[in-house]
Amino acid sequence: MIHATGLAREFHTKRGKERAVVTAVAGVDIDVAEGEIVGFLGPNGAGKTTTLRMLTTLLQPTSGSATVAGFDLATEPVKVRQNIGYVSQSGSTSSAALAGLEVVDHGMLYGIGKAQATARAKELFGQLDLDGLWDRPAKTLSGGQRRRLDIAMGLVHDPKLVFLDEPTTGLDPQARANLWTHISDLREKLGSTVFLTTHYLDEADALCDRVMVIDHGSIVASDTPDALKRQVSGDLVALSVGNEADVAAAADTLAAIATSEVTIDGLLISARVLDGGRSMPDLLRALDRAKVEVTSIESRRPTLDDVFLTLTGRSLREGE
Amino acid sequence: MFFRDTFIVFRRQLRIALREPAWIAIGLLQPVLYLALFGPLLEPLASQLGATNAYTLFVPGLIVQLAIFGALFVGFGLIGEWRDGVIEAERVTPASRTALLLGRVLKDVLQIFVQGAILIGLGFAFGLRGSIGGMLIGFALALILSTAVASAGYALGLTLKSEDSLAAVANGVTLPVLLLSGILLPMTIAPQWLQTLSDFVPIKHIVQGIRDLFRGDFMTAGVAWAIVWTVILVIAGLWIGTRTFRRQNA
Repeated sequence: MIHATGLAREFHTKRGKERAVVTAVAGVDIDVAEGEIVGFLGPNGAGKTTTLRMLTTLLQPTSGSATVAGFDLATEPVKVRQNIGYVSQSGSTSSAALAGLEVVDHGMLYGIGKAQATARAKELFGQLDLDGLWDRPAKTLSGGQRRRLDIAMGLVHDPKLVFLDEPTTGLDPQARANLWTHISDLREKLGSTVFLTTHYLDEADALCDRVMVIDHGSIVASDTPDALKRQVSGDLVALSVGNEADVAAAADTLAAIATSEVTIDGLLISARVLDGGRSMPDLLRALDRAKVEVTSIESRRPTLDDVFLTLTGRSLREGE
Repeated sequence: MFFRDTFIVFRRQLRIALREPAWIAIGLLQPVLYLALFGPLLEPLASQLGATNAYTLFVPGLIVQLAIFGALFVGFGLIGEWRDGVIEAERVTPASRTALLLGRVLKDVLQIFVQGAILIGLGFAFGLRGSIGGMLIGFALALILSTAVASAGYALGLTLKSEDSLAAVANGVTLPVLLLSGILLPMTIAPQWLQTLSDFVPIKHIVQGIRDLFRGDFMTAGVAWAIVWTVILVIAGLWIGTRTFRRQNA
């Protein structure tokens, strides 16, 4: 469905009088089979969106070639556009416009007749839980509704291949989980191939058959989410204690169940623990027995940051 | 396909515009205010300005002002749409890029057509008398001019992508153009140096030509220059606009 070799993109920027060349994507090879859901995982600025924009004909590659949905990117961009759906990070509907008609107009720009586009849009509104929102201005929809409307825009012409750029960024957990169901349905019910970008590991985990990790414009890993996560074993449990005297006892208690070395940073003690949430009650009881005064404790699922740390040996900051 | 795409974009833009009736009312009110509150000042001056009817001087100026100012600020709406992701969403469809621009421009020209028609109609109520045929041709020239300005306005919006920069550039352009093109008062009463300066402003020639047409003087150098400049500007405007919409990073 996607076959790209050596796809690269450079940007020319001017810094004062000096001209600088910034390599956003440094030659990536991508192969996506029909019916696959593939995630593109990486920090902001890693080259995810640039790659996506190249694959969706919005940006011309500096070098490399690709066939997308069966057509050559360079020579048949219009054919590519006809066969793909693209849900961009920034949305796709005008705030002032009415939700339903935005989807109909969008469908018509793909050459679909008005009646057919309307029927298809109504069907999508049903499938994406947008019932009753047809005549509402887009700006009155909630974040999750607006995102589902974007997905309806991307699906109105029944594309074989759908690109989703950061589909759940900025949504609350409930809306995210709900959207995941809809994204899985794209394949289960419509047989679409899905290529999405994300910087959440749990999202990649929930949705993708395969994840490609991109950093500095190069793909550093391509594997199943489980295999990637196995490289980072366990959740991060971090606790802080009230006074210096308790640090050693707390570290010892945590070390008993940890799968990694315990790190101590002042009054903050952390380590990786398999299934952090479930081991928390036992851990707290053990800490209590050791007379450790805990001021806070939290458990965090492995994130891209953790996978990144393992893959590249350095950390990255999320959400910047 | 091209005309169909243009129409789809045009209809969508019109529908969105009609959902903001307040803006349409303000757009209609402005020329009416000029006509009602500034027109009477010109009436006693008409003979000194070399005209028998003050409104054949004034209404053409207002029409051109409407064509320029109504169209130059279209970029603001486009920046909002760009931020909402609409432009990118439209650019992944197979639709022609030129249609994405032209559909929008047509909506703006339609809006200026309605406002201009009201302006000329009201002009008659205030005492405008002249050649009807000339008025139609003059109005048509103004609408072609607004096509050029709207295209350039969209190109500017899509290039700058910031309301603040657009406001600075648009205001920077409009004030000198307003003062140097004799929109409010004809440049014929200006001192020589100011007249010479204004000769470099294409809009001045267009305003003069349309004034000739309103009076019924069809075969003047002014009319010829107005047509030449309108054609040059519309070609330049559409070229810049199309180029910007086609550009890959837009």
